[in-house]
Amino acid sequence: MSEGIAPVRRLNMIEAINDALDVMMDRDPDVVVFGEDVGFFGGVFRATAGLQKKYGTHRVFDTPINECGIIGAAVGMGAYGLRPVPEIQFADYIYPGLDQLVSEAARLRYRSAGEFIAPMTVRSPFGGGIFGGQTHSQSPEALFTHVAGLKTVIPATPYDAKGLLISAIEDNDPVIFFEPKRIYNGPFNGFYDQPVEPWARHEGSEVPEGYYSIPLGKARIARAGEALTVIAYGTMIHVAAAVCAEKGVDAEIIDLRSLVPLDIDTVQKSVEKTGKCLIVHEATRTCGFGAELSALVQERCFYHLEAPIERVTGFDTPYPHSLEWAYFPGPVRIGEALDRLLKA
Amino acid sequence: MADRPASETPSYGNGGSNLPPLSLHVPEPRFRPGDPVDYTHLAIPPAGAQPRPDEACAASDTAPLCTDLIRVLDDSHQAVGPWDPKLDAETLRRMLRVMALTRAFDDRMYRGQRQGKTSFYMKCTGEEATSVASAFALADDDMVFPSYRQQGILIARGYPIVEMINQIYSNRADKLKGRQLPIMYSSREHSFFTISGNLATQYPQAAGWAMASAIRGDSRIASAWVGEGSSAEGDFHAAMTFATVYNAPVVFNIVNNQWAISSFSGFAGAERATFASRAVGYGMAGLRVDGNDPLAVYAAARWAANRARSNMGPTLIEHFTYRAEGHSTSDDPGQYRSAHERTEWPLGDPIMRLKRHLIARGEWSVEQHAAMDTELIEGVKAATKEAEKNGILGHGLHHPFHTMFEDVFEELPWHLQEQSEQAMRERRIKWPEWKES
Repeated sequence: MSEGIAPVRRLNMIEAINDALDVMMDRDPDVVVFGEDVGFFGGVFRATAGLQKKYGTHRVFDTPINECGIIGAAVGMGAYGLRPVPEIQFADYIYPGLDQLVSEAARLRYRSAGEFIAPMTVRSPFGGGIFGGQTHSQSPEALFTHVAGLKTVIPATPYDAKGLLISAIEDNDPVIFFEPKRIYNGPFNGFYDQPVEPWARHEGSEVPEGYYSIPLGKARIARAGEALTVIAYGTMIHVAAAVCAEKGVDAEIIDLRSLVPLDIDTVQKSVEKTGKCLIVHEATRTCGFGAELSALVQERCFYHLEAPIERVTGFDTPYPHSLEWAYFPGPVRIGEALDRLLKA
Repeated sequence: MADRPASETPSYGNGGSNLPPLSLHVPEPRFRPGDPVDYTHLAIPPAGAQPRPDEACAASDTAPLCTDLIRVLDDSHQAVGPWDPKLDAETLRRMLRVMALTRAFDDRMYRGQRQGKTSFYMKCTGEEATSVASAFALADDDMVFPSYRQQGILIARGYPIVEMINQIYSNRADKLKGRQLPIMYSSREHSFFTISGNLATQYPQAAGWAMASAIRGDSRIASAWVGEGSSAEGDFHAAMTFATVYNAPVVFNIVNNQWAISSFSGFAGAERATFASRAVGYGMAGLRVDGNDPLAVYAAARWAANRARSNMGPTLIEHFTYRAEGHSTSDDPGQYRSAHERTEWPLGDPIMRLKRHLIARGEWSVEQHAAMDTELIEGVKAATKEAEKNGILGHGLHHPFHTMFEDVFEELPWHLQEQSEQAMRERRIKWPEWKES
């Protein structure tokens, strides 16, 4: 079936990720999927449901609770010639595997002058808003964007999740693929006291069957506008969009999709057009990816800026449990920043 | 608390309890610089006395061998007992030659570092058998995941000496483009995994490679090396768990050379248990071998390789040996250990032991050995001269400037392109005549 006439279904983000894994396992016998609880059970979020039954225990299997071993084994499998897609059950659990990512996966190509590579995609649910407390809510993307040799990808819609995950798996460099778990089942908009609409009512849930890919390093204009530029990714795309809609702000919202590689051209063009820039992420503020974005925008668009660049982020505390919504960079924090920018 | 004078800091104590005060044990080696050395505590068993279980035995059957010491060469240089691999003389002469070449190479490179031709070097003097004899027991396409002291494997597999020296000099012919610290070799062609400077990271990678080989239904196995010191890393235990859980075809080696820079093996747990005995708790086969006995090392490695290749699972081998030299060119062992340790090491020297065995078999002579040594030394010297044509470290004959930015990713992203241009610009500011070679 050609791409042009592939039937389109409405999928939520979990279904889209599962679909991407299915497509790639079917296309490429080198793709193997493993992690804690991903096999028979299909993952705690069900992202790998049905895959073991379809592809067998040699290609989809459970692992010991040992993230160092999961990433380390993936490095060895990649060196052998497989294309491993390990799952780290929560991004908060990735730290025991950090040395294997930072010192090994990220550096194999460089240190061996291309003799050995780490063509792996580490999938991991990240971000808060699910009352997960400090160990099930973190957004550690900036730890990885800081490392030379790693790519970091974060989708914001089911359509993007499938296309980006397929690209990540096909990529010959190690990719950290963070899945915003708050929007697995619907485009949560930050108004936590209102019901979340299901993905089925969002155009981003239209997911074609079969293979398609979205290149890493190409941002998406989630909403075109003139008043100011909002740079965000993951859950915060939907939160920012809802706040701008509520306040009637004609914002241009850029969904980065991938942080490394970064689509600086799309960012630059937008800010040069609007003259104002708001950066939104859920991660802690200090040395967050917003700091890098802010520096880049300042370096490239200084003479177009009509107001100081604004950053809306999580606070520099561990992710709290009971005060989750006080921590979350939601509509109030974003709204305040929008007001400052518009008044400037 | 912070502003309280040190004299007033409470000692805590046991608060007047009638329970005995707890005390912390900080390991201390038996001998320090200047001390006489007495090795009677090591209890070296006689050669040939260790039983050799079937390669397909239950892992638990090897438990006694985890506290024993597999030895083949006896005091009269004969190969004895069930672990005698009965290798023909030609194979043993080749093994001897590779070990002697490794030593000649080490001596030359050490001197080269002292002469300022490179920044760093690490010898494996006294430990040659743990790499070379193991390499002889593996198939040449079994993937090895070495630590930093396994140059003997690369030499055993026929990697050109001149390429090793190019890497050590980080010169313009260095296949790793001058990116790695000297001796951190890589050769996919020789199934020799890229060496990491971080310790024990290669262990779970070897388990993963072996799992992949099993997933594919391949017949190649993996083998990994760590020192006893880095067996304390979490990666070691991750690898042991993965290898046993999936019955991965991998052979794990711990080279117990007694010292991790200045920390003796007690800081990795040697006061309480042998390193081989860690296998027992994982349900893995374990062997403890006289690491200075090339025949015993070969026999143990072969046993483990055959076991792995026939789907009987992983083995942990402890090579009991001694690091005869410093950790690297950056430390002076005279500052932390007794010089008598080396001279009185009860298991001798692996090259001397194999040489005497071959002579005892009537297959070698002192004259032949001396002639071989001379030939090897001359060969290394010639290779060194050849490599020096491509430059030595810091003398300008390095890889083109732009290569610094290549291979971070498969494709060069815009930010690295920008940084590369910056580096070129800086170069031209300092040397206006400079042109990228």
